[in-house]
Amino acid sequence: MAQGSETRERDTFAKLLCEHAQVRPDRPAMRHKDLGIWRTWNWSELTETIRAYAAGLQQLGLERGATIAVIGENRPAMYWTILAAQWLGAIPVPVYADAVADEMAYVLDHADVAFAAVQDQEQVDKLISVQDRVPKLRTVFYDEPRGLRDYDHSRLHAIGNIIESGRTRLASDATARAAIDAERDRGQASDISIILYTSGTTGRSKGVLLSAGGSIAAARDTVIFDKLTDRDEVLAYLPLAWVGDHYLNYAQSLVAGFCIACPESRETAEADTQEIGPSFYFAPPRVFETLLTRITIRMEDAGALKRSMFNYFIGIAKRWGEQILDGKDVPLGARLGYAIGNLLVYAPLKNVLGFSRIRVAYTAGEAIGPDLFSFYRSLGLNLKQLYGQTEAFLYVTAQPDGQIRAGTVGPATPNVDIRITDDGEVLYRSPGQFVGYYKDAEKTAETVTADGYVKTGDAGFFDPDGHLNIIDRAKDVGKLSSGALFAPKYIENKLKFFPNIKEAVAFGQDRDFVTVMLNIDLTAVGNWAERNNIAYGSYQELAQRPEVYAMFIEHVAEVNRALAAEPRMAAAQIHRFLILHKELDADDGEMTRTQKVRRGFIAERYKPLVDALYNGAEAADISTEVTFEDGRKGVISARVRIADTKAMPTAKLEAAA
Amino acid sequence: MTAQSETLLAVDGVSLSFGGVKAITDVSFDIRKGEIRAIIGPNGAGKTSMLNVVNGFYHPQHGRITYKGKTRPRMRPYQAASQGIARTFQNVALFRGMTTLDNIMVGRTLKMHRGLFWQMLRYGPAMREEIENRRVVEDIIDFLQIESIRKTPVGKLPYGLQKRVELGRALAMEPELLLLDEPMAGMNIEEKEDMCRYILDLNKYFGTTIALIEHDMGVVMDLSDRVVVLEYGHKIADGTPEVVKADPKVIEAYLGVGH
Repeated sequence: MAQGSETRERDTFAKLLCEHAQVRPDRPAMRHKDLGIWRTWNWSELTETIRAYAAGLQQLGLERGATIAVIGENRPAMYWTILAAQWLGAIPVPVYADAVADEMAYVLDHADVAFAAVQDQEQVDKLISVQDRVPKLRTVFYDEPRGLRDYDHSRLHAIGNIIESGRTRLASDATARAAIDAERDRGQASDISIILYTSGTTGRSKGVLLSAGGSIAAARDTVIFDKLTDRDEVLAYLPLAWVGDHYLNYAQSLVAGFCIACPESRETAEADTQEIGPSFYFAPPRVFETLLTRITIRMEDAGALKRSMFNYFIGIAKRWGEQILDGKDVPLGARLGYAIGNLLVYAPLKNVLGFSRIRVAYTAGEAIGPDLFSFYRSLGLNLKQLYGQTEAFLYVTAQPDGQIRAGTVGPATPNVDIRITDDGEVLYRSPGQFVGYYKDAEKTAETVTADGYVKTGDAGFFDPDGHLNIIDRAKDVGKLSSGALFAPKYIENKLKFFPNIKEAVAFGQDRDFVTVMLNIDLTAVGNWAERNNIAYGSYQELAQRPEVYAMFIEHVAEVNRALAAEPRMAAAQIHRFLILHKELDADDGEMTRTQKVRRGFIAERYKPLVDALYNGAEAADISTEVTFEDGRKGVISARVRIADTKAMPTAKLEAAA
Repeated sequence: MTAQSETLLAVDGVSLSFGGVKAITDVSFDIRKGEIRAIIGPNGAGKTSMLNVVNGFYHPQHGRITYKGKTRPRMRPYQAASQGIARTFQNVALFRGMTTLDNIMVGRTLKMHRGLFWQMLRYGPAMREEIENRRVVEDIIDFLQIESIRKTPVGKLPYGLQKRVELGRALAMEPELLLLDEPMAGMNIEEKEDMCRYILDLNKYFGTTIALIEHDMGVVMDLSDRVVVLEYGHKIADGTPEVVKADPKVIEAYLGVGH
């Protein structure tokens, strides 16, 4: 549909959208599975929908520069709200849909939103429950009408109706159409296109202001880097409010013109991945880990023939798979073996996971275990790591095809400058770099250096090949009382590479030695217990079983062995540990919404346990308040055992000292 | 949820006995259109028997059942089903090896009219009919939020979800009167709350009349418009939750004499 609207510059997302409507009107732009059927909008339909939505929103009073909250899962209406708001020059503020009302109130109030577009009754109820704390919020739009019929509709509108009224207005009034297109053309590169609130690993979350031009420039670089085209397709299942979704799915889709598929619901994302067969994929290490755990468990339950076939060919893949993927010279016999393995095992396995069509896959957010990383790569999945943050509009470094090693996050992405300070902190300057924190000039000044570099707060170093290695948060890298280096995350990651360990929290700052708290992985440990005839009635009971402790002592000893081999880390071996009686949970404030442990908070909340770790006690009592999913609170009490582990001899310590 | 005055089903002087055992003795009550009606009572009070009488599984020796103004002759459960009465069971009665989708599709059987030949052909009218019915089933799947288990064999599902699938199958018949036999039994609090929401939404948005047996008194008092109380096959109370709760006979039946 080529309407005369001229969009020569492509410096805002709304202009990009209209360009796609002209260049590739019939290519799919968005899909959504609803009532069991995939529905598709092509670029031309999508553009008309957004134009109508923008017109409707304008009539409801959404103006240039105003903020509008977007609260929901990855559904078309949520993405449409972002696009339509940007069309009008308003600023969308996505909020984590699973945030509890209290967290939500803070963000909504801080972002000065007068409008909110939400998914369903659940979110409407949340907003109503905090309305006295968000006095500026005037109007709420909702996507799913279910359950909302009897609500007071004076300030509540269905998104479907807004789009319809916009459509009618545009159809009946030619000047309205011209006016709405003129509104789009007033947008420019320097406009703030979105405010993304950081997850707040420490303290309150901050609103990161990103500009339209910067966002598009950054996305353009990586679209070229990974050769993405309008033939690609992604399944959008990452939280809407997270920079990863906004960048990888939203921004890259609008730059490259590929299709975003929205899952039916959060629970069906896996089945939907299989149906869509995305060609570009992102998942945090945790997801890959869960999948591998499940594959392993299923294979253990499989028949002897299938199991031995699987093990045999996975062996071949381990030996040759990565080299074949990287295009290295491999003997003919190995190639042949790998081809048969691909036919019998790798391809069917990838198909079950929905990975058959993936050209490029990324993982980031946490360190990924080398074995885990290699497993997927050996199957022929082009899995790579990237390093980035919200303030950079995601990418700072990424691994180019063919230059991939598990320990590093790759060299700087095109047009990104990285500098490492004398104390080891990583600084960068990038095209997508943020404009500032919303209403927090002080924090902005703290984060950005005088010459325009952004402080990541992460400690790292470049290896000889120019690949960046990240050790830990710079401020978390501490010292034991002996003065030896203590990098908690480094230790935690090593522990978390064991499938049985879901979470780890390390303590040791200004202490004589390092101790850790561990969470069991219920799937892996539960399955292990089943196979070994170990009876348990609850998570709590399983976690405290002596057999589980015995197994974890082995794991910790192995980590100590690895630490002992590294001169800088040898002193930070784990002396004592305990297994927590409950899973660390974001609802209890123990983790961030992006699933990072909040060490300080945990130390305070479990103070009796931390004390016991250091005073030599064999067990400690703890009772903690927990928040259920519906917001009610309860108390869990338990007696937690503490285990001692032996530090490994550190041969190199004397030499290093 | 204003209970309308129109009576959907009336039970009039019903007595049922199995040989010498009297399960129900001279019980009368009515179910009004659009209400949620609870039947409660201690174990062995005859609640499930009453439900079985209502849907035609048992035939009372005495008394009359009037449904939609017509006194019902002796009939079979499938006849009750085709007249718009659907039910779920105290013990989950699903086809364990079949998927959620197929189980709910079974509930549409009475709405499918093409014979075996057309069904085997998978083309033409039978296919159209199937698509039509699948659409209704997908609406139910959406309503009960069980998309993620659409293709999962129900035998592999946790109990709470099986109960939900069973409700889905009953809904597939688009019933006018839905009989629920202990819909919350064996559920945890969260599952119970979900189930309550579905029952209320059903009643409110689709106008389905619901009769339910339930032991969880909190649930009964919150959900129902009117409650009938049975004890040893006799009706001992009938009225709004408040009235029933205060009735000394009911308190006695539940707590024993002397309270």
